[in-house]
Amino acid sequence: MAGTISRRRFLARAGTLAVAFSFAPALAHIPSTVASAAGAAPDLAVDSWLVIEPDGSVTIYSGKVELGTGVETALSQIVAEELFVDLNQVRFVQGDTSLTPGDKGYTAGSQTIQSEGPKLRVAAATAFQALLALASQQIGVAKPALRAQGGKIGIGHNLNRARAYGQLIGQEQIQLTSDPNVTLKDPADYTVVGTPVPRLDLPDKFLARFTYMQDVRVEGMLHARVVRSAGRNASFVSLDASACASVPGFLQVVQQGNFVGVVASDEWAAIQAAKVLTVTWQQGPALAAEADLPQALQDPANIYQSGPTVPPVGDVDAALAGAAATREATYFTPFQMHASVGPSCGVADVRNAPDPATGIQATVWSGTQGVYPLQGAIAQLLSLPASAVHVIYAEAAGCYGHNGADDAAADAALLSQAMGQPVRVQWMRQDEHGWEPLGPAMVHTLRGGIDANGGVVAWDHEVWTPVHSTRPGGAAGNLLAGQETGALPPALGSPVGSGTRNQPVNYAFPNNRVTEHAVANFLMARNGSGKLAATAPLTYTFPRTSALRSLGGFSNSFANESFMDELAAAAGVDPYEFRMRYLSDPRAVAVMQAMAGQAGLSGSKPEAWPGMKSGRGIAYLQYENSLAYVAAAAEVQVNPGTGAVQVTRVVVAHDCGQVINPDGLKNQIEGNVIQATSRTLKEQVAYDANGVTSVVWAPNPTYAAPQYTILHFTEVPAAIEVVLIDQPAAAAWGAGEPATEVIPAAIGNAIFDATGARLRTAPFTPDRVLAALPS
Amino acid sequence: MATPLTRKLSINGTTHWVSVDDDTEPLLYVLRNQLGLNGPKFGCGLAQCGACTVLVDGTITRSCVKKMNTLNDGASVTTLDGLGRPGQPHPLQQAFIAQQAGQCAYCGNAMIMGALGYLQGRIAAGNHDVPSEDEIKQFLSGESPGSPLVYLCRCGSHLRIVRAIQQAAKEML
Repeated sequence: MAGTISRRRFLARAGTLAVAFSFAPALAHIPSTVASAAGAAPDLAVDSWLVIEPDGSVTIYSGKVELGTGVETALSQIVAEELFVDLNQVRFVQGDTSLTPGDKGYTAGSQTIQSEGPKLRVAAATAFQALLALASQQIGVAKPALRAQGGKIGIGHNLNRARAYGQLIGQEQIQLTSDPNVTLKDPADYTVVGTPVPRLDLPDKFLARFTYMQDVRVEGMLHARVVRSAGRNASFVSLDASACASVPGFLQVVQQGNFVGVVASDEWAAIQAAKVLTVTWQQGPALAAEADLPQALQDPANIYQSGPTVPPVGDVDAALAGAAATREATYFTPFQMHASVGPSCGVADVRNAPDPATGIQATVWSGTQGVYPLQGAIAQLLSLPASAVHVIYAEAAGCYGHNGADDAAADAALLSQAMGQPVRVQWMRQDEHGWEPLGPAMVHTLRGGIDANGGVVAWDHEVWTPVHSTRPGGAAGNLLAGQETGALPPALGSPVGSGTRNQPVNYAFPNNRVTEHAVANFLMARNGSGKLAATAPLTYTFPRTSALRSLGGFSNSFANESFMDELAAAAGVDPYEFRMRYLSDPRAVAVMQAMAGQAGLSGSKPEAWPGMKSGRGIAYLQYENSLAYVAAAAEVQVNPGTGAVQVTRVVVAHDCGQVINPDGLKNQIEGNVIQATSRTLKEQVAYDANGVTSVVWAPNPTYAAPQYTILHFTEVPAAIEVVLIDQPAAAAWGAGEPATEVIPAAIGNAIFDATGARLRTAPFTPDRVLAALPS
Repeated sequence: MATPLTRKLSINGTTHWVSVDDDTEPLLYVLRNQLGLNGPKFGCGLAQCGACTVLVDGTITRSCVKKMNTLNDGASVTTLDGLGRPGQPHPLQQAFIAQQAGQCAYCGNAMIMGALGYLQGRIAAGNHDVPSEDEIKQFLSGESPGSPLVYLCRCGSHLRIVRAIQQAAKEML
């Protein structure tokens, strides 16, 4: 269906050249075709289009979206490069179920540059070769004599008899499919890719001319707030709206099952009405107590599947039994938040009947990571066919994974359907902190054996983790409003793997075993098809979780790289030398050496501030065990009296293949370092039997208990030094997450270096550091 | 019961008479919803993050908690929308662009408007020294004397933000 819309929209326009391309590998095997206006368009399911417009500008209709990480700029650079156009001639249209066809995926997991980049490159090159052929024909000169620049092709250096792309296309309608064998520009000739181009979106953002999701306004729009239940498992009993009537602008209370919202003509009225509305709830079963967390996660009653993460190597048990020395340690990271600075917002316009021309009945604006999966989920929620739901992406505040964006859109859709008018739902801070899907708490046990020479003879890592992705996936049961109105999350497929990112290590150990225990977030039973499915009513045992930046990688790498340090200490070997013994991949060795050189590992450790203890720690990993190589060194000052830790300097050496935009990449890596430092030192969701209690940024008279606080400016490492190892001829890999994963262990190892205290539970709060200090 | 209120305000140099049904409505909602200004953002509603920062008569103000009935008639309100235009950015906006001091940049309003109030405050006090990086960090962390407000960034653009403010300060002071 999406393909049909695309053809109607793009290919019925004279004077354009369109290239269809797909993320699906199947399309790569379809030979390139060129069809004239009269020719039949091949019936292809495509992800994305690249269109050269009559004015010679280029539009990318992308299934991937800009989440504030700079991919719009980087993808535009790739297209400008291959098509010999200026960057300002490239336009990026993203995330619209009526404009960007077919992609069922998400913008997530550092995937955009590595998955879409090469395909865009081939699509742009396909378009360029077609333009070159047209130029050769029209100018009457063989292709090798032609040269392109600034969206024109002409003869020789001076572009004699040049024709602009629009002129070359003329009144034709040209459609091509991406040619996987097309001639690509030699990376040695690049002038745009690999240069530090300023982000295209930032000027408008700093000039208050950018429309964030939170700024989307629709004609006739009402304002609403959702009054969420008193507890995660609570059920609705009754409500009293009598006090709402005195709020000027209050319109209506909407209640369906456990979903309660107030709608007003004005935003402040909606906030006030939500405040004075009285709802009575019946509390349900309690969540597993936060204080019991490591044990509760390991309780067999809460585990629904266990298995090897990767095939085991050797005989770990025998090797442990025969080792000269063994070590065992348990690591823990708590539930953490995405904690976007802009709470989620959704706008929806749900009509009583479909538009006769388009068939669209519900239009939804969202900062979602995937317009198609949300389209399907909203359709279920509203009992509409997916074709009647139009989801339009609008960039919100940074999300760092699956936060409240999709849920806020669902809230707006449900309320708009009830009201028959467009509705905007802006989550309050307490909604975002209180109800966003959390990054899971995780427990790890590690066992290691070393021989008489200090060599690792056995490595054994078990992880216990709740699920790391409950994205909408076309199911209303994955949306908060869906669950509140009775929909259940879909039955589980094969969950092992969701928390295992970077659980295996890239060190060559002779005996190595890695196991995942999947923890159920809610009560489940086997359904008719033998699959595990939630039982009704949906009853959570742990807080609701989903994808948070790097998924399990943050916690797994914390455990792995801290435990490597423990084994190095047990073996009496320098932590850098110890790791290098087990790395042979030249790119791994190169990032380690680059990190060591920049950090000055061969020199003495940083000088301690008066009254403080200083230390330096390192960590290494290869993202997803097969992509970007990252090594980090952190320097800390620890106050032995208070346990306070200041991270003073972080060095990151980073090889993610071909670098598209070095400054954009550095900005991403710096962001990873700072956010991960915050997660390592400060961040922990507090919750009680009924739900999250850390619902604002800092304690105040209303919220006296510990709150969810992130790093302040004075707590940020004063120096972050990034060494980029560019591989111009290699594939470009994503950089949105790899550097997040090296930080917790690098800091923990630095604290150990400074004080001898081994931190195995994050965050490293002053009380935990004090408790771990050797007496 | 809500008390209505009408105030004459000078917003980015233009006079507006604004009316609210409830005089405790915070300035933020008036700026965004009545005047269509997108510079000030909703972040927390508790003055804890800075997203909604504006200047009222030159004073740094968290508009999410600034009730309309606490504004003087004729008060002058400056928002990010009124600072500069494309091609004519304010030195702070110019510096934020030059330093690429943001990722999602939702906190850009907080950082630029907070820094504007901070630097103008130094000028008013006769202090024309360019602040050190540590001084800027202390200000943004609510650790400057007499300035307890905290500014939050989640993407981790902190070091670029500090550099941008210092770069702009060199031009402004």
